[in-house]
Amino acid sequence: MNSGDDYPVRVRSLSRAFKGTAALADVSLDIPRGCVFGLVGLNGAGKTTLIRHLIGSMKALHGSVQVLGQDPTIRPERLLAKIGYMSEEDSLPKWMRISDLIGFCRSVYPTWSDDYCGELCEMFDLSPGAKLKSLSKGGRARAALLAAIAHRPELLILDEPSSGLDPIARADILEAIIRTVADEGRTVLFSSHLLEEIDRVCDQIALIHDGVLLESIPAASLPERYTECFYRTDSPSARPPQIPGSFGAMGDASEWSVLIDSENEASPSTTTSIESGAARWELVRRQPATVHRWFAGRVQRQPPSIAQAPAEGMQHV
Amino acid sequence: MLIQIQSGPQPIYQQIVEQIRFRILSAQLKPGDELPTIRGLAESLKVNPNTIARAYRELEHEGLVEKRRTTGTFVAETSGTLSRTRRKQILTPEIDKLLVLASHLGTDAEELDELIASRHHALQQKVQSQ
Repeated sequence: MNSGDDYPVRVRSLSRAFKGTAALADVSLDIPRGCVFGLVGLNGAGKTTLIRHLIGSMKALHGSVQVLGQDPTIRPERLLAKIGYMSEEDSLPKWMRISDLIGFCRSVYPTWSDDYCGELCEMFDLSPGAKLKSLSKGGRARAALLAAIAHRPELLILDEPSSGLDPIARADILEAIIRTVADEGRTVLFSSHLLEEIDRVCDQIALIHDGVLLESIPAASLPERYTECFYRTDSPSARPPQIPGSFGAMGDASEWSVLIDSENEASPSTTTSIESGAARWELVRRQPATVHRWFAGRVQRQPPSIAQAPAEGMQHV
Repeated sequence: MLIQIQSGPQPIYQQIVEQIRFRILSAQLKPGDELPTIRGLAESLKVNPNTIARAYRELEHEGLVEKRRTTGTFVAETSGTLSRTRRKQILTPEIDKLLVLASHLGTDAEELDELIASRHHALQQKVQSQ
């Protein structure tokens, strides 16, 4: 269990277009060993396209991809024996019984553990004789999870595994993630738009938007780096206060909230009150940014009034 | 250990620190009691093990728990004796919240003092009866 040095996943300048539309644009990322790496983004942002490159179902046409030290499209069977993969698609063959699925996996994965498999069957309440067809969606998700982790993979890749599942099945998925990384040296890539789950389990969070990797940040430092500041003014404005180093303004008229990046040198050192446009803005509250607020701020469409940045704000007398 | 994690502006590690700290300072957890292992608590809360480790480090830094090599994490024998500065640091935001709420409700300082004294008395009696 030592392939691929300290970074089980290395992606360099990966680009991909479908029919002329960019799905991934110059994406580079490294996932360190032992990390739970969260990949977040809106539907269609490029998360699944990126993951397909990692499991060898798409070949890197521009840029390069290394997973556990190899190109995933060359001898993929060697790689796939060492990774676990589960997607949101309910794609297991429904005619199979649980015992068939287990028999199939055991023959594919050299490191398959019957003991761990038995433990998981009990934990997930899966009986070997049951047909996949007869299980609930949550039951089939648990069967897929069993197939993804019972060989104790070096790298576990979960592509929106929780979509459409009940809370108990989602909790089982989170627990599987925790158990995987709790074993020294195993790594998890978890793609989701359930930000609360990402916040609970991830060490690192990467945000992909319109095919571009906008930011990758340690989860613990996100609330330390970004602060949400709430401003009030007596002269309501259709534009938020213009604060250097800030982004993601939300609000209207007399109350706006903005995100301030403490690592941006343009950010003001004191934010208690500011003049912007024709208005004077008082800081009424500040708090560490939540993952949710950061995400919304990063992916928001810029209102035209901000993009054009007119020289003066609205004035109400 | 049942710890509730809520989504909101308070980071998860802080929620864990506060709930364990409350249990220790209110004597639900007593000196010498063992805390769950990092891995065990991570699995039951579905929270990253590094987050649990960070919470335990914070509690250790406050002197509320101590790591014993190879055996685990325990409530410190001296858990009742935080430094004055640290006590102030922990209490100030809570007091500020209380004062804002009190002024909102129109409670004056005298009424608030009385209320604090009577709650203090009630809690003391509860602890003694245990």
